[in-house]
Amino acid sequence: MKRQLPFVLVFIFGAFMVFQYFVPHESSEWVYEFLLDWITIIGIFALALGIYSLYHVSVEKIKFKRENWPYSYVTLIGLFLMVVFGFTGRVGDAWGMYPVFVLTLVAFLMLLIQTTIATNKTLWLGLCAVSLVVAVAIGLFDDTWTINFMTQEGLRNSMFVNFFDYILIPILSTMFSLLAFFIASAAYRAFRARNLLATLLLIAALIVMLRFNPYMPFGLPALMADTSNWLMNVPNLAAQRAIVIGIGLGIVATALKVILGIERGYMGKG
Amino acid sequence: MKKSTIIIFALVVLVFIASWILKGSTNEGDSPYLQGFLVTLAAFLTLAIMSFLYKDNPYYKFAEHLFVGVSAAYWMCLGFWSTIVGNLIPRLSRGMSDFFQVPYIEGDYNFFFVIPIIFGVLLLMRLSPKGGWLSRWPLAFIVGTTAGLNFVRYLRSDFIKQIYSTIIPLVVEWKGFGAFFSDFTLSATGQLALMGTNIVIFIGVICGLIYFYFSKEHTGLFGRASRVGIWILMITFGASFGYTVMGRISLLVGRITFLFKDWLEIIN
Repeated sequence: MKRQLPFVLVFIFGAFMVFQYFVPHESSEWVYEFLLDWITIIGIFALALGIYSLYHVSVEKIKFKRENWPYSYVTLIGLFLMVVFGFTGRVGDAWGMYPVFVLTLVAFLMLLIQTTIATNKTLWLGLCAVSLVVAVAIGLFDDTWTINFMTQEGLRNSMFVNFFDYILIPILSTMFSLLAFFIASAAYRAFRARNLLATLLLIAALIVMLRFNPYMPFGLPALMADTSNWLMNVPNLAAQRAIVIGIGLGIVATALKVILGIERGYMGKG
Repeated sequence: MKKSTIIIFALVVLVFIASWILKGSTNEGDSPYLQGFLVTLAAFLTLAIMSFLYKDNPYYKFAEHLFVGVSAAYWMCLGFWSTIVGNLIPRLSRGMSDFFQVPYIEGDYNFFFVIPIIFGVLLLMRLSPKGGWLSRWPLAFIVGTTAGLNFVRYLRSDFIKQIYSTIIPLVVEWKGFGAFFSDFTLSATGQLALMGTNIVIFIGVICGLIYFYFSKEHTGLFGRASRVGIWILMITFGASFGYTVMGRISLLVGRITFLFKDWLEIIN
């Protein structure tokens, strides 16, 4: 029951998704749409599981003072702040007590974690109670904050958007831009025209890179653009297609193994 | 902790506080000090990540851990509001739809949407030591449905369609000498150039596939075809490398522009 039923479910749903493709009836389409919606909804629960896992790992790291444990506080504060901003917001342009409300709420959550970890629980529990009282008092009596609903324009809380624009985007794009340096150092080692294959790699990369260089004389930019476009549209297309066919065959074979119950690793042990 | 580390930390804090105050005092608008703080924070995070080029350090670790927490919460909030509130609640309850300010969607079979909630709750049973096995049911649903979906989707898009697009006319339709021997540019609008392009694509795909076929020894004609395949693959890797480098460089230019324009206001 514990192991067999899931494999039966995999076979039923997998086989249905394969066969419904060949049934051009509206009821088949309707069930297909339903199942896709279900996957998205269950996926959100999986996301919640992931968030809990992150929380749990961070708390454990602090509790047992594992390597780099102080940074787990940063992760948790960032997590709680963004969650509070995701569900609450200020009313109008006035800030009022909203920043204090957010800070006390995050402080309450952090102190609650500290209470479970610390040996001197009384002190942390006291501080936790104080922050909770302040947060509840502001929540009840201050009318400069509200629960933030999502509208057609997205989440209305400006701080949620600000955190995305001024924390997530700068870190993400800087991390990706760092790859330019690492790729350059890798290129120095790899791009030596020692044999025919390395030379082909070098020439193709140089042509594509020079294509974006605006400072080239004697009509070279147009020639570079033409050559680069040809490289991308002809040999690149051919090799990518060979790779894609290989990947496609691999995915199809794996999907078939999963549906037929030959591949069972995803179910874990026990 | 070393004395030099503390001094550097104090200097960094001072510089960024000074930047915040300066930007706040010069900014105009609704919340100048908040705007100043956000720009300074973004500059600090940018420099913190860039400091990894020297070596792994506390500033980089701070930015990295902050990113993990904030991005996890961001996707959770977005998932909750767009999927649970945007997709599920309007089909389940009129009262809750009114509360969350989303229009209720009338439907005869809306009660079927209770099933993904049950599956979702079962998925959370993974946290329970005794009921963990129940989480396999929703997992089986997701894996089965996705496998079935991918089977047809990839068979169509990554296999049949790719072969269909590769089987192209290698000898183009004869439209006279003029059309055949005109326009030899690499954009391949002339008929001879187009024919050359089609042949390169066809041979490239076949040779590329032969290179990845390991059930037969790469000798003789098969080996020569495999050799052509690796040439084509090397050109592709080079072109992809060049393209990626230029993409990363443009991101770097974007970050440096932010530092010099938005933060330091040195360039206009």
